[in-house]
Formats: sequence, C-alpha cells, structure tokens
Amino acid sequence: MTRNLLLRLELWALRALRRPYYDLPLLGALLVLATTGLVTLYSASDLDRHLVLNQAARFLLGGVLMLAIARIPPQVLRNWTPWLYVASLMLLIAVAVLGQGRGANRWLNLGIMRFQPSELVKLTLPMMVAWYLHARDLPPKWLTLGAVALLIGAPALLIAKQPDLGTALLVAASGVFAVFLAGLAWWRIAIVLGAAAGAAPLAWHFMHEYQRNRLRMFLDPEADPLGNGWHIIQSEIAVGSGGWLGKGWHHGTQSRLEFLPEHTTDFVFAVFSEEWGLLGVIALLLLYLFIVGRGLMIAANARDTYSRLLAGAISMAFFVYVMVNGGMITGLLPVVGVPLPLISYGGTSAVSLLAGFGVLMSIHAHRRLLPR
Amino acid sequence: MNPGFGSRLAQIKDAHSEAARFRTRAIIGFLLIAACLSVLGLRFAYLQINRHQEFSARSDQNRISIRRVAPTRGLIYDRNGVLLADNVAAFRLEVVPEQVKDMARLLGELGGVIALSDDDIEHFNSLRRSKHAFESIPLRFKLSEDEIARFSTERWRFPGVDIVPYLTRSYPHGEEFAHLVGYVGRIDEADAEKLDAARYAGTTHIGKTGIERSYENDLHGEPGYDLVEVNVDKRPLRVIERVPPTPGKNLYLSVDVRMQRAAMDAFEGRAGAAVALDPRNGEVLAMVCVPSFDPNLFVNGIGKVDYATLLNAPDRPLLNRAIAGGYTPGSTVKPYVALGGLELGLRRPSDTVLSTGEFFIPGQARGYRDDKRGGHGRVDLVQAIAQSVNTYFYSLALDMGIDRFSGWMAKFGFGKPTGIDLIGESAGVLPSREWKRGRMNQAFYPGETVIAGIGQGYWVITPIQLAQAVSILAARGVRHRPHLVRAIQDGLNVPPAPVALPPADSNILHNVENWGPVQQGMVAVVNGGGTASGLGKEFPYVIAGKTGTAERFSRTDEEWTSISTAPIERHEVLFEAFTPADDARIALIVALEAGRSGAHDAAPIVRKILDIWVKDDDVRNVAGPSP
Repeated sequence: MTRNLLLRLELWALRALRRPYYDLPLLGALLVLATTGLVTLYSASDLDRHLVLNQAARFLLGGVLMLAIARIPPQVLRNWTPWLYVASLMLLIAVAVLGQGRGANRWLNLGIMRFQPSELVKLTLPMMVAWYLHARDLPPKWLTLGAVALLIGAPALLIAKQPDLGTALLVAASGVFAVFLAGLAWWRIAIVLGAAAGAAPLAWHFMHEYQRNRLRMFLDPEADPLGNGWHIIQSEIAVGSGGWLGKGWHHGTQSRLEFLPEHTTDFVFAVFSEEWGLLGVIALLLLYLFIVGRGLMIAANARDTYSRLLAGAISMAFFVYVMVNGGMITGLLPVVGVPLPLISYGGTSAVSLLAGFGVLMSIHAHRRLLPR
Repeated sequence: MNPGFGSRLAQIKDAHSEAARFRTRAIIGFLLIAACLSVLGLRFAYLQINRHQEFSARSDQNRISIRRVAPTRGLIYDRNGVLLADNVAAFRLEVVPEQVKDMARLLGELGGVIALSDDDIEHFNSLRRSKHAFESIPLRFKLSEDEIARFSTERWRFPGVDIVPYLTRSYPHGEEFAHLVGYVGRIDEADAEKLDAARYAGTTHIGKTGIERSYENDLHGEPGYDLVEVNVDKRPLRVIERVPPTPGKNLYLSVDVRMQRAAMDAFEGRAGAAVALDPRNGEVLAMVCVPSFDPNLFVNGIGKVDYATLLNAPDRPLLNRAIAGGYTPGSTVKPYVALGGLELGLRRPSDTVLSTGEFFIPGQARGYRDDKRGGHGRVDLVQAIAQSVNTYFYSLALDMGIDRFSGWMAKFGFGKPTGIDLIGESAGVLPSREWKRGRMNQAFYPGETVIAGIGQGYWVITPIQLAQAVSILAARGVRHRPHLVRAIQDGLNVPPAPVALPPADSNILHNVENWGPVQQGMVAVVNGGGTASGLGKEFPYVIAGKTGTAERFSRTDEEWTSISTAPIERHEVLFEAFTPADDARIALIVALEAGRSGAHDAAPIVRKILDIWVKDDDVRNVAGPSP
C-alpha cells in the first residue's frame, strides 16, 4: 500500500519534472516582470503601500488562475471553446444593455465584484478563431477568411462601441494574428490591408468625438499644450528627461508632482522611463520580447493546429499591449487606453493576461514530447 | 462546418507541412515584432538621448518655481540721524480663498468683527483674480490692537482667515516731511506696467512721491527668493534653496528736523513754502510746504473720502509748493538784475538814477510806477536795492534789452528745473523772446522788458529756484545743484557713504568785484534802513536779504497804493536772505501766497528759521559734512 503510494508519487514527480505544467523560463520572466511592476507602482503612486498590496493580491489571484488553467489539457479547452465564445459574446451584449462605468460602459456588476466581459473576450476570441481554423483547410481561403472576419468583428465592434478602442484593438489583433499564423497567403494579406486603408475614412466617420480629438492631438500635440495635447507633452517630458540612466527610483519629478496624468495606469511606462532611463527601457523591452519569443516557441512545439494558433495568437497579442502603450507615451501612436502588461495598475487586465499565460503553459505541458 | 469525408487523410498528410508553415510564420512574426519593438526603442532613444537636454529643462521648469521674498525697505534719516521714514511691525488680515466656502458670507460676517471698507473689499477682490486660490491674500492692513483681540476670540468662525505680521512704512514726523520724504503706497496697475516684474514680485508697496519715489531704486533693495518645488497646480511643496533678500539702502538727508519743524510752525498755517540751502554745497537744510497732510494715510490705501477731501481742498495740501508751486518773484529778482548791470558793463555801482515816482519808455505815454508816490529821488545801486526802487530797474532792464536780460537771469537757474533729487519739479517761466514766441507766437514788447526788470509780468518761479538763485549769489557766483540726500548707507555694518556731487559749475561772474555792491545793497535791506529793517536785530551774523511783493490781483483802480498800506492778503509775498553776509552758510527764501508785504509777512518767518539754524551753526561747522 505504502509502496504503491510511494511508487505513484515517484511517478508523479518524475512526470512533473520531465513535463512540468509550467514553463520555467516563461514563469521566471513573468515573475521578474511582475516584480518590476510592483516596484514601479510603489514609486509612481508616491509610496502608496495600499495600492501596491492591492496589485500584488491581483497578481496572486492571476498566478493561481494561471497555474490552474495550466492543468487543463488543450483538448478540453478546445471542446469548450464555442460555448465560451458564445457566453462571452452574450456578456458583451449584456454590458451594452445594462453595463455601468464612468463615461464608458465596460463593467458588469456581479454583486461581489465588478467584471469586465471584454477581458474575457481577449481569451475566448483567439480560442474561437483557432478552433474554427483548426478544422479548415489551411492556408485559409476567402470563405474561411470571411467567416473569421465575422467571428472577430462581432465582439470587436461591441467593445469599440462601449467605447473602449484599446481593448477592441487588442481583441481584434489576437484574431488577426491567428489568421496570419495559419498561413494566410501574402497576396491575400496585401488585399486585406489595402481594403482596410480604403475604409479608414469610414472609420473616422464612426469614431466618437473624443477619439477624433485624440487622433488630432496625436498629429500635433503642441497645438493645444494645456488641453488635449497635455498628456502627450508631459509624458514626452517625463521620458525625455530620463536620459541614459534615469533620475533614479522615486526621483521622477514629473509623476511625483502630478504633471503626468494617469501615472499609475496608462502612463506608468513614462514613470518607468523617467526613473530608469533608456537602459531600463531597453531591458524592459527585451524582457517583453523574450516573453513573446518564448510564447511563439511554445506555439511552434504545440501538439495540434488549435494549440499552435492559440498560443501564437496570445503571444503576439501580448506584444500589441507593449507597442500601443509604449507608442502612446512616446508620442509615436495616438492615445489609446491600453495598459502596459503587468506593470500598469489595474486588476482585470493583469488577471486576464495571466490567464492567457495559463493557456500557454497548458499547451506547453501537453506539447509533442518528440519534436518532429 | 464539418470537414469533408475525403479530406481526413489529406489533413493528416498535411499535418507536417502545416507545422512547418506555422514555424515560418512564427519566425516572421517574431522578426516583425522585434522590428516594431526596435522602432519603439529608437523612439525612446530619440527622446531620451537626442532631446534629453530639452526635456530636462522643461521638466525643471515644470518642477521649480521661484518665490520672491521682498526686501526690507531702506530707512530715511535726517542729517542728525533722526528717523523720517521707518518700518514698523503691524498686523494685517489675510484670507486663503481656497479654504473659504462662501466668500460673500464670510466677508459679511467678518465685517461684523473687523471694519472692512468698500475699498478694502474691492482691492481684495482685484488681487484674488490674479492669484492662486491657495495663496493668502491681504484683506485689511494695519489692524488695531482692539481689532486683533476681537478677531482672536472669534477666530474659530472664520476658517481660512488669519492675522499676519508684516512691516509697514511709518512717517513719525507726519506733515512736516509729507512733501519732501513723500510716501509709499500699494503698487497699482500703472506702477506694475513700468516695474521690473522680477524685482518687485514680492513687493507690495512702492514710493509714490518725494524721496520715496526719486530714490525708489536705492530704497527698495534686492529681493531674495525661495526656489520652491511645486506641483502641477503650482502649489509649493518644499523649499529647495533660499537666498535672503538684500535690504534697501538707508538714506541720510541734509535736512534738519528741528529747522523743518520751526519753519513749519512759523507759517502758522498760511499757505506757502520755504527752502533753505547751504550755498557752499547745495544741501537742502529745510524745505516745507504749507498746508500739508499726513503721509501715513496713504501707506495702506487712503480711503476715497479722505482722498477727495485732500484733492479738492482749495488750498491744495497735496501740492509740493517748494518745487512745483508757481510764484511771481517781484522785487526778489532785483539783486540779480543789478548784478547783471554791473557784469554787462551797463552800470557802475556809483551810477545813479532819478526816481520821480513814474518811469516812461521814451516815446510812450504809459507810466511805470514806483512804490512810493513822488519817487525815491536820486539813488545809486545800493540804495536802489535797499529801497527796492523800481525806476532803477526799469531803466536798467530797458538798457539790457530782453535778450541780454533773460540770458543773464538764466545763469541763476530761472526758467528751468534746478535738478534737485525730487520728481515733479516745475520749470517756471523766465520771460524771454523765445519763450513768448513759443507760447503766444508774439514779439516781445519793450514795456514787458521793463516790468520783467522788477520781477513782474510773465515771470513764474518756484521756491526752490529762488532759493538756488540766492544761494548762487551768496556763494559769490558759484552754483551747486540743490540736493536732499547727502549720504547713503548700504548695509548694516557699513558707515554711510557721502553722495558724490557733480563738481560745482564755473563761476557765473566775470568780475567777482561786482558782487560787493549787490551784497551791500542786500545787507542794507536788513540793516541799512531798507525795506526789511530790524530783521537782523540781535542776530549774531549780518543778514543780507531782499523783499518781494507781487500783485496777486490785477490793479483795477488807479489809486496809488503803497505796499506798506496794502490790505493783508493782497499780494504774494517773498523774502530771500543769506547769512553770514560775507561768508554765507545758509541761503533761504520764504514765499507766502497771501500777505501784505515781503517784509511784513515773509521776513519774520525767515528770521525764525535762522534763529533755529544758528543754534547748531557751530556744531555743524565743526562736525563737517559727514553725517
């Protein structure tokens, strides 16, 4: 009996060692990133311990969720996918009807906690696209592409209407990446991009006035330095004054003296840049690149098409966060409310990001044991 | 939705190529991502390296604000170190608007505890508009002890209101120096436009008149500053660096409080002015204007009613008569005209003129009268001055002609400001061909030259001008520019440094011998049975002087009236004098706007001033010029 138990334990340990449910390099990188996030937040919030502990609690919750999801085999996820997708779409519609939030309807009040269905879509959409493509002939043809466009468009438009352009962009990007990874022919890509460019004026027409203003001030922030351009200018000042080595931790005057808006959330990267300088920024960007690269490696070694496309889409979408946020705070891209992953303060995005990494780890754990 | 039946095998076969295709796409995707992140990194590098200096500077600009700290204003002393303008501690009421919920109600309730005038509230509201809500704004200056006590017990009712100590300007001698020292007042919009904003950022008051104004630059001092770290609302968070202000310089004036007081008292309230100079160096020893006002009223904002009263009073107390009052000099010009006759070679001292009571320009019917019916008979220069014989000067002026006349009189400084260190001096009028052409576009008539010879007609002088003229005469032809500040003290532990004066002008006399007879004439005025005889009685030094009595109203009657019998207040009366007559140490004039005659009304005031002056004369001589 005891011997039997010991044998089983040994077997479990052996399997865990050889095929752990978590990917050590990825986990390590995420730990470094989360720690950096907490340290940066502590400074950006002017040593607000309460805020940092709050964020740490969310990391903990997200971490537990990540390890739990890592135990679910991809096949199970695949089977749930259509239901999850339909459920999240329903939630989005519910938000549109009875949601609440400041200025934008993004939240559903579930009594004990408020919940943002669009965060859920960040996972269920790439899952759905991967699920759909998994059963098709690849590379996808026009018909498949049209179906995928519907799958992506429905939730993306619902989110954009909330209005939350940033999340809509992230959601759409994850679906698009899945199609790209599925091997969509280059000439088809070219035609789609051309059509998108042609439709740009149409998008302008459907934009909210505040979104148009953001675009206008992105084009010329100095035109209205105390109005709409204020955020961009103050953010550039913060970044630029950092120099090579930065002003040092908790010595960033731009954020501490409240010149920088939203300095714990959307503009936390500016605080980081001001305090750690270009060297810090490069280190952080390399860390992000490493995470994306590791994610793509996991995808490449995945067992089936569904897992491959899902892991690849999640990894590449992760990059979009960094690019849009970094582009915004440096004035390279318009102001779009996208957090810097695992550094910006805010629970929902941290939890959903970590859940995504949970999926990656599950795919890693159930990879082909023998390559090729 | 379901894969086709036959494609199942193909799908398995494709699995390998599909995985390979994915691998290619993943690598391309990764490279694209790396490229994008590189662009982002380059953007960071561009901001953080290429434009680092620019953004660094802008970050500092954001962060650091300079808060000026006003310097303490320099003090003003008289020549003996008696304080004329002091800084005294006072208390004012300040309000932080940010901490007040309902300002109108607060002001209403506060008015029940401490009297608030409409002026106070108006000024407060105008300041509020230009300041941040968290800045403390003064509401009432100079609280009385009573008001402080009352407020202290009620303080709990007024959050955001506080009593703040400050230094306020005080003029302990009030009226006596109101025009000379002047006063400071709150900086108004007109001042603010002209000022160096950085230097006056923390300053609330500025010199408005008198020495306070003309020496504003010295008195003000240099502001210090606090480098303060501020947040986005400009709210100060902490002081990074503190540079203390440099106090303003202290001024030592040449005037003497006791002489000033004696002169003021001697006027007994009659409107006029007196100026006493030291002919050896141009120092102003006394300078009074009557009536006067209390300069302390102006320091913290004079009320509208008080101001209107002062402004509209018929005897114009705000006018600085000593430098801006216009008087007809009358006979006080005669010694200068006489000296001109000698200098120009038109008369010798012994030349005589017959005074018949009336003087006629050859070929004209109009008569120019002497003061004495029937005339003074035959008089020489000394007698002409002593008796103030008009005919002598009528004929002399006519002989000179207006051009030589005005050319000569200009050497005594008539017709132009003396350049005393005060602002607002008038030029007066010296009759001349150019002046008349410029003013009236008319030729100058001989009759006008004749009456110019006795100081009538177009003549207008200021008291300081006449004092300067008599001072030049007393100094035997040497002019020193009149000035009030004799020493400036820059810093507490530094002795006052005498003010360097421009070198005296070259002597206006070609032949100094000519001075003697004129001086004898002026001595005779006081001591030789002249128009002011008896004035020098029991005075240790010989006084030289000259009376002046000018028509205030045009004569409508043809009655022959003599000065000595004229009704009081008929004339503007003047007296000029210097003493000791041979080696003058004081030259002074008194001008009264209404009186019977110079001898009757102005001369006694001169004597009273001299009586005070002489008490300290020894001390002053021994002590020398340094304060």
